[in-house]
Amino acid sequence: MSSDNNKPGGAGASNFQSPTRRQLLIGTAALGAAAMLPRSAWAQAFPTSAVNTTGLAVTDTEVTVGILHSVTGTMAISETGSVQAEKLAIEQINAAGGVLGRQIKFIQEDGASDWPTFAEKAKKLLVNDKCASVMGCWTSASRKAVLPVFEQYNGMLYYPTFYEGLEQSKNVIYTGQEATQQIIAGLDWVVKEKGAKSFYLLGSDYIWPRTSNKIARKHIENFLKLKVVGEEYFPLGHTQFNSVINKLKLTKPDVIYAIIVGGSNVAFYKQLKAAGIDLTKQTLVTISVTEDEILGIGGENIVGAYACMKYFQSLDNPNNKAFVSEFKKMWGAETVIGDVTQAAYLGPWLWKLTVEKAGSFDVDKVAAASPGIEFKGAPEGYVRIHENHHLWSKTRVGLARLDGQYDVVYETADLMEPNPFPKGYQ
Amino acid sequence: MFMEYSLGDLGSIFAMQAFAGLILFSVYLLMALGLAIIFGQMNVINMAHGEFMILGAYMTYLCSHLFQSYAPGLYDGYFFVAMTVAFIVSGGLGLAVEWLLIRHLYSRPLDTLLATWGLSLIMQQTFRSVFGAREVGVELPAWMMGSLPVTGSIEVQINGLFVMVLTLFITGIVALLMFRSRWGLQVRAVLSNRVMAGAAGVNTQRVDRLTFGLGCGIAGIAGSAFTMIGSTGPTAGQLYIVDTFLVVVFGGAQSLLGTVFSALSISQSQSVMEFFMSGSMAKVITLLFVIGLLMLRPQGLFVLKIRK
Repeated sequence: MSSDNNKPGGAGASNFQSPTRRQLLIGTAALGAAAMLPRSAWAQAFPTSAVNTTGLAVTDTEVTVGILHSVTGTMAISETGSVQAEKLAIEQINAAGGVLGRQIKFIQEDGASDWPTFAEKAKKLLVNDKCASVMGCWTSASRKAVLPVFEQYNGMLYYPTFYEGLEQSKNVIYTGQEATQQIIAGLDWVVKEKGAKSFYLLGSDYIWPRTSNKIARKHIENFLKLKVVGEEYFPLGHTQFNSVINKLKLTKPDVIYAIIVGGSNVAFYKQLKAAGIDLTKQTLVTISVTEDEILGIGGENIVGAYACMKYFQSLDNPNNKAFVSEFKKMWGAETVIGDVTQAAYLGPWLWKLTVEKAGSFDVDKVAAASPGIEFKGAPEGYVRIHENHHLWSKTRVGLARLDGQYDVVYETADLMEPNPFPKGYQ
Repeated sequence: MFMEYSLGDLGSIFAMQAFAGLILFSVYLLMALGLAIIFGQMNVINMAHGEFMILGAYMTYLCSHLFQSYAPGLYDGYFFVAMTVAFIVSGGLGLAVEWLLIRHLYSRPLDTLLATWGLSLIMQQTFRSVFGAREVGVELPAWMMGSLPVTGSIEVQINGLFVMVLTLFITGIVALLMFRSRWGLQVRAVLSNRVMAGAAGVNTQRVDRLTFGLGCGIAGIAGSAFTMIGSTGPTAGQLYIVDTFLVVVFGGAQSLLGTVFSALSISQSQSVMEFFMSGSMAKVITLLFVIGLLMLRPQGLFVLKIRK
């Protein structure tokens, strides 16, 4: 499925496939030369006419990108963190000299939690504003709505959310995990660590939880040879979970596997607690509750649950410590950083690194240069873009604490390969 | 599906399931009461009902913080203060809204739908600006969490019990107000014939304003109580509005008794079916059942007998 040089810790950039060898050589040579030049000389080393052959909004001193998230409507709860992270990354990149010597200017549009609005705003950012790239979208529905726009007008989207997979596009870089990266290692861990034999799968009723639970069920039944004792879905916004809690009490699964989202989350954990199910004794694994969601749920209602993510705010590495302190400096000491917020932070950085490797802002060249781009400064640790435009990243398991943070109790030794079209799981 | 469980297990599960149904009934009734008063008695389609509930929830959130900071000793009792505050604030806003907006629209009931929908958007954005887009967590005093063990395997949730008692209490008060007080008599008089009631000396404007305020105030109390079981965020009110209208319309808009029975039948069927199938399917079947019955009986379960 992947070539050898995409294995973790593989060879350097020069081995990766690129559209033309010549272009890559020019790019790398120019990069080497440019690194030695003072800041003002960057733009001369990369004249606008050479780095922008498709009429993007690039001048000698500036390049325009778009930020497209919901800041109003029901999704604003989730997407606020992503906007904050992207603005922080852009500010940091500008402070470090910008991209090819050009300062990043952003135009922010509001998708307003409405999918046709996302598509319309995406078109505006690409056609009117000529954005060189766009950081945006959160739900799969919004991404599906903008995808044809990005493909038609040849834009570049950096999409931050963990999602169900089953998609791959030249015009999108997926900086979150696809489903297998989030699910499989976590299940293996809980079986090994807790000796789990039976699972109860729960989810909100839409594509991401359903696809994810499908992968989880296949893995549990076909690969681990264990038992799924129940699988259930609830309408989005469902607030009454007493019936299913009774079913949990009746079937007594070793592991509750919960992919419930939004306001339902809060109701679910509050009612579990009220029903006397103590998560420090009953193992519960979720892939949908980040530090952001715990703000609403309340740490006392979810303490003891396990979450499978690639990032937790409490990660103990120098990159993350710097990131957390910068983030809090910019957005206030009270803010928390969840998995998707970190993934959103990667977007502008990966784009900058790709543009500088390609030596061009042109979308075709950026898309082609993306595979193999490494970002060593990522708060989650080292990441690299796969040929399928997803990221190699680790899976981690966190244990929810009373204060709403997670303790990392496990992380995979290697980076997990992104596999948006997993065989044997569909 | 039940072969592998012991009889004792099944017995206690059914007992807890019955209790779950009763909690759901209380929740439905509590959220529908305010709307039943406004929609049923005044024919105003209040789309902002959910937002009035969330206003109550945010008041509870504020109270919990204030008590934590300034009167930690009284924290155990803060919830009762919070519910009172929620009633006063939501009710007060209701009075203001009636005066500014609703009273100009009594002759155009469908326009109230648009106007209150707009109002709900304004309120959502206001919540978002004031309290932030993220959900807030409302902490409860320790005595309200957890469950009471009745027997070894049957447990009763304290917050569920609390909602039930509260619902009974409020329903009782509303029933007394409507059917045993002078004001209730006036409300019913205005409802059956506005012009004639006015001619007989009832101040119909004042009756309308108080009715609307009372409905909103009860929504505030409901929202305050629901912080125990649900989420508090700018758009959380939207989660309740559909179920609320369902209960009120199904029960027969003008009958309080109808609201009670409709909450009971919807919650019990929902809860029983949810036990045998998934939550989504249970909802679908409940909705089909309601649609079917409304086709046969468009006026709802109960109707007031009025000479037309």
